[in-house]
Amino acid sequence: MGINQKLKKVLVIGSGPIVIGQAAEFDYSGTQAVKSLIEEGVEVVLVNSNPATIMTDKETAHKVYIEPLTKAFLLKILHKEKPDGLLPTLGGQTALNLAVKLEEEGHLKRLGVELLGCRVETIQKAEDRKLFKELMLEIGEPVPESRIITSLDEALEFTGRIGFPVIIRPAFTLGGTGGGIAEDEAALRTLTAAGLAASPIQQCLLERSIAGFKEVEYEVIRDSNDNCIIVCNMENIDPVGVHTGDSIVVAPSQTLSDREYQLLRTSALKIIRSLKIEGGCNVQYALDPHSYQYYVIEVNPRVSRSSALASKATGYPIAKIAAKIALGLTLDEIINPVTKKTFACFEPALDYVVTKIPRWPFDKFISANRRLGTQMKATGEIMALGRTMEESLLKAVRSLEIGLYHLELPGFQGKPKAEIIKKISMQDDERLFAISEAMRIGVSTKEIHELTKIDFFFLEKIQNIIKMERELTQKKMDPALALKAKRMGFSDHYIARAWGTREREIYDWRKQHKISPVFKMVDTCAGEFESSTPYYYSTYESQDEVLASKKEKIIVLGSGPIRIGQGIEFDYATVHAIDAIRSMGYEAIIINNNPETVSTDFNISDRLYFEPLTVEDVFHIVEKEKPLGVIVQFGGQTAINLAEPLAERGVNILGTSTDDIDRAEDRRRFEELLRGLNIAQPLGCTVTSMKEAVEKSAHLGFPVIVRPSYVLGGRAMEIVYNEHELTDYMRRNVDINPTHPVLIDRYMIGREMEVDAICDGETVFIPGIMEHIEKAGVHSGDSIAVYPPQTVPKDIQDRLTETTLSIAKALNIKGLINLQFVIYKGDVFVLEVNPRASRTVPFLSKVTGVPMAKVATKAILGESLLKQGYFHGALEPKGDIAVKAPVFSFAKLTEVEIALGPEMKSTGEVMGRDKIFEKALHKAFVAAGVVIPESGTILATISDQDKEDSIQIFKRFSQVGFDFVATEGTAKILEAANIPVRKIARIGQSENDIITEIRSGRISLIINTISKGKNVESDGFKMRRVAVERGLLCLTSLDTTEALLRTIELNSYTMEPLS
Amino acid sequence: MIKLILETGEEYVGESIGSPIDNIYSLGELVFNTSMTGYQEILSDPSYCDQIVVMTYPLIGNYGVNKDDFESLSPALKGMVVRECAPIGSNWRNEYSLSELLKRFKIPGIAGIDTRELTKKIRDKGVMKAALTPIDFSLDEAKKILSLPLQSNQIQRVSTKSPIHFPGEGERIILMDFGYKKNILRSLLKRNCDVVVVPWDASVEMIQSYRPQGILLSNGPGDPKGVPEVLPVIKELQKSYPMFAICMGHQLFALANGANTEKLKFGHRGANHPVKDLKLGKVFMSSQNHGYAVTTESVANSELEVTQININDKTVEGLKHKTLPSFSVQYHPEACPGPEDTAWLFDDFLSSIRKN
Repeated sequence: MGINQKLKKVLVIGSGPIVIGQAAEFDYSGTQAVKSLIEEGVEVVLVNSNPATIMTDKETAHKVYIEPLTKAFLLKILHKEKPDGLLPTLGGQTALNLAVKLEEEGHLKRLGVELLGCRVETIQKAEDRKLFKELMLEIGEPVPESRIITSLDEALEFTGRIGFPVIIRPAFTLGGTGGGIAEDEAALRTLTAAGLAASPIQQCLLERSIAGFKEVEYEVIRDSNDNCIIVCNMENIDPVGVHTGDSIVVAPSQTLSDREYQLLRTSALKIIRSLKIEGGCNVQYALDPHSYQYYVIEVNPRVSRSSALASKATGYPIAKIAAKIALGLTLDEIINPVTKKTFACFEPALDYVVTKIPRWPFDKFISANRRLGTQMKATGEIMALGRTMEESLLKAVRSLEIGLYHLELPGFQGKPKAEIIKKISMQDDERLFAISEAMRIGVSTKEIHELTKIDFFFLEKIQNIIKMERELTQKKMDPALALKAKRMGFSDHYIARAWGTREREIYDWRKQHKISPVFKMVDTCAGEFESSTPYYYSTYESQDEVLASKKEKIIVLGSGPIRIGQGIEFDYATVHAIDAIRSMGYEAIIINNNPETVSTDFNISDRLYFEPLTVEDVFHIVEKEKPLGVIVQFGGQTAINLAEPLAERGVNILGTSTDDIDRAEDRRRFEELLRGLNIAQPLGCTVTSMKEAVEKSAHLGFPVIVRPSYVLGGRAMEIVYNEHELTDYMRRNVDINPTHPVLIDRYMIGREMEVDAICDGETVFIPGIMEHIEKAGVHSGDSIAVYPPQTVPKDIQDRLTETTLSIAKALNIKGLINLQFVIYKGDVFVLEVNPRASRTVPFLSKVTGVPMAKVATKAILGESLLKQGYFHGALEPKGDIAVKAPVFSFAKLTEVEIALGPEMKSTGEVMGRDKIFEKALHKAFVAAGVVIPESGTILATISDQDKEDSIQIFKRFSQVGFDFVATEGTAKILEAANIPVRKIARIGQSENDIITEIRSGRISLIINTISKGKNVESDGFKMRRVAVERGLLCLTSLDTTEALLRTIELNSYTMEPLS
Repeated sequence: MIKLILETGEEYVGESIGSPIDNIYSLGELVFNTSMTGYQEILSDPSYCDQIVVMTYPLIGNYGVNKDDFESLSPALKGMVVRECAPIGSNWRNEYSLSELLKRFKIPGIAGIDTRELTKKIRDKGVMKAALTPIDFSLDEAKKILSLPLQSNQIQRVSTKSPIHFPGEGERIILMDFGYKKNILRSLLKRNCDVVVVPWDASVEMIQSYRPQGILLSNGPGDPKGVPEVLPVIKELQKSYPMFAICMGHQLFALANGANTEKLKFGHRGANHPVKDLKLGKVFMSSQNHGYAVTTESVANSELEVTQININDKTVEGLKHKTLPSFSVQYHPEACPGPEDTAWLFDDFLSSIRKN
């Protein structure tokens, strides 16, 4: 067929900020697609609001726009760029929804833009529950009995007929927002209300629950000539009932006979043909474990999270192929990029087992409901490959980076059977560990199967692991047994524990007995054809396939799964580091385990090792590759934490030395350093006991900020205002990490500033300084950051520069460093120093034009900053003002506190950029999905400490056309300031209380600042959660509120009668 | 424990999963199959007669063995090589384990070895002879055995000895049995055909005596040139009846019409082979199992034309007679195991009969 010659210029839409249900996988697919289009000679224009992506690097496409992904902004770009085609199938649901809107309103036709990859009818048929069901019935594919409802009455009618349990799925939402399984009428009422509110078209699907069926997915590709292939099928270990994004998944399917496999394969092909999709598609099935009966659960008419996983699991680059298909090429015309000898028109054959485990944010959201269901809750995922199921599973567990090296959660040890069983029934993120613990105490696989419906195949594999644990304790230092255990994926860490020795000793002992892993290639064809994919995994077999290379090599450690506090920004930096290493003539080797990311695209590096990021696994690769050194500073805290243990094994850590990293991270040594440099920091202390904490806090003076040492993303950090709150905190958190003490600092309320710098050991270069909108106390990752600073005087900025220069030099930084400051009463205090790449690297790189991670990498490898054209000091800001705003996923996580604090809560970020600060802010808010009200009613409940500051803000809101309802105390101050206000009762104090008011739909904005630290009044918490459910904007910081107000004022006119 | 010894002299020691082989050995041609499912169909496919099959997917036996998925009554292969054999099968149709199946049919098997290494060896050096032997079997003796030629009468051994009638209400089809897979028969019966399975050496007269409406040449093991006596029968039958030929049948059909066949280095065995139909311009995924192929250049001087090719190595995948209603494919449209993409070929066959 060849390429459609009319397509000279194509606009690609990205997926926007990272939220639960739409994560880094779309940076991977989008970047791959753009490269693929460029390969075919097409001019590519890219739009995305997320600066932390590789796809928004200006080098990725011919033109890159970092703008809000809304119809209005997209139309402007379409007018300006006049592309021939629009490709929305690689930017997740966000891009697809936008494309539908543009097409439906006739804009694409009017502008002569062809919609590529799929038709609007296809999207509607796949996504609109009613149309989808009709289509399935038409082509004879079974779907569970269901009914579309738009009201509770209709829901009750359905369950009256069908009975319980039923599943509620809201239409057109990401990751199943608002859905759930209702076991009874009460649950049905709650879930229906939430579901209808979550759906943009107030529509839900109710269907018979098929919980307990096997859940199987097929990744399908179709071209314009109707050729179809299956790239991969995957089986969820968790049966139907847990969202596939929250399920532990294996590829290929393990328990399906060929008949069952082909039954579903044939069905998947029939479906993609009937939808006429040109590109990738994902079909999810429920298969009865006791018959051939199956149901089609869902179809995603686009590249998805599962297709990223399938691409990494098989080596078949779905997005790349889908992009070429969108241009008109057919599968038999596209060369298989892996073998380079065969064509893309084939179905990959695997000769290993892939396991994916999601990474959930419950370590951050302690209060969240951990139960897994139809609503996805994971922020990221990891993947592991092995030649046995056990190996694949155990490698996956230690890739999660939850402090575990084995299928064993210390908290479960010694718990009575009843408690473990209960834990299994809870169907939460720890179920896998509860199952293994149950087996350890003798619960039968049959009993566990009855509770979970998990297939015996998987349960037997877990049982094998438990059996091996026993064998290990019985036969110590036995080489044959050790080999058997290693082939099952056991870590040295575990074996050392079982044998009462140290991990390092097990490693050396193994070497003596020649028990070492080999590395196998992922080649899409199970060895049938010769391949040269530089994509490897470790396993215990006889033949090693890594080809020796004489070039000098550098290993870069990736950042593992996406989690709150360690997001896609670190993958961005990793990819840049790899580019820089290659540009300097070295071979770049990446070790990572996150299937969603760009860094694990095997085209990015010279070699990709898809492995857990533990000392053992990394050291195996180091021994194999013998690199010049390992770079740890781009992979977030994950990689930094490996620096010291690797160095202990004699690995050369490139960049800042481990001793200097320790000087920055060790509290006492850092204090010493600052004292020596005469630099101020908030007074603080380190305590190891409750008594000490109380005494020293009193000495510092409340409020104080408390946290365990070695923190990441403000984990378990809290501001406490008195002794009672302090002791409460200590009781809850102090045992989090017994090897590290608890830190207490004075909490200074002031303007927070952030600086990123690069140092080569001699010269320190500062690309930019950022100012945070929210005062210190809100985690920097949750603050709105502004570049360049708008309110901070030059002399203070100069002092920030000087301080940064002296700290970076004193720490002998080689590479990146990130510093956070608070300006308190005109003085500069250092809050935190991170001797590594930070979250702000991509944002700052983009707004300053300094490719920071690349420059830093070159500096690490010996190319001085001066030689690279940089200087000692700070770069003068020029050009536009840029605003980075956080994006939250509160709608996906019930029972999570949304009020901002020292614990990071955001999952992603967006950037707004313009000539004027307010416009940049406006864009950032819009891009973050904030619906900015032009006028309307504000519900205000303000804490005592904020009341005074809030008056000016309310006055300004009043001037631009807002009126107020407020609770008693807040109403009083509004009245005192002559601002009209309607009083509203607290929860439960009247029939018309705050909650009914919010639910009435009369409120357009909520401003609610919390009184004191953790002293969460349940009323406020409830109110904020209702706001989230109603999709209502609820601001908990006056600083954010003031920023929003500025953008409203920018677009407002004064409303005054003639006088 | 058990050993796998290759023609090249290399040895692999593993765990015995099949029939015990004390004091004996099992000699065969070592081939690999890349299907991730369908081990029961593969090991019961008569085309694997005298072969030792390496499964490239590491976990085999996961869903056990059931009564429905046999492709013949008695497996004819010489051994099974897997990375890991599931001790028990987990599936609603499971009746017994893979290991039990191997034992029942006296097939030796080996597990726990690096099957990917083995696969790459076959890929690089071509299919080779190998033997499964007891652990203490001497290498010298093995080398001696491995230097002898393999038997060549596979078709004769797997084919039915006498005709079998499977009644149906539709067209009467003669299924010439060179080692047919049950699902070819099932595919015909599903379409209401009246099927008579005849031995590989059935005469034209015998076949005509059934008054058939179409002839189907089945798949089968070994070298197509091993049964030259079949060629004139095919040549004669195609004049009177629409003919459809699969795999071995396809190669015999080619030879009968003046084309040639050759042995491939390591064959095509798997469920993911892309085949392009030149007339439709479309690609289908196919299930394949063959070590020989029709040579492209030989077709030019024959009564045939190429209808389908393999996307990857461009080998001949489909042929049709220039004038007669006869056609053939190199792969398995009956699937089992593998994709069902080309099941329509049976319908094409039946419509060519109806047209006739």
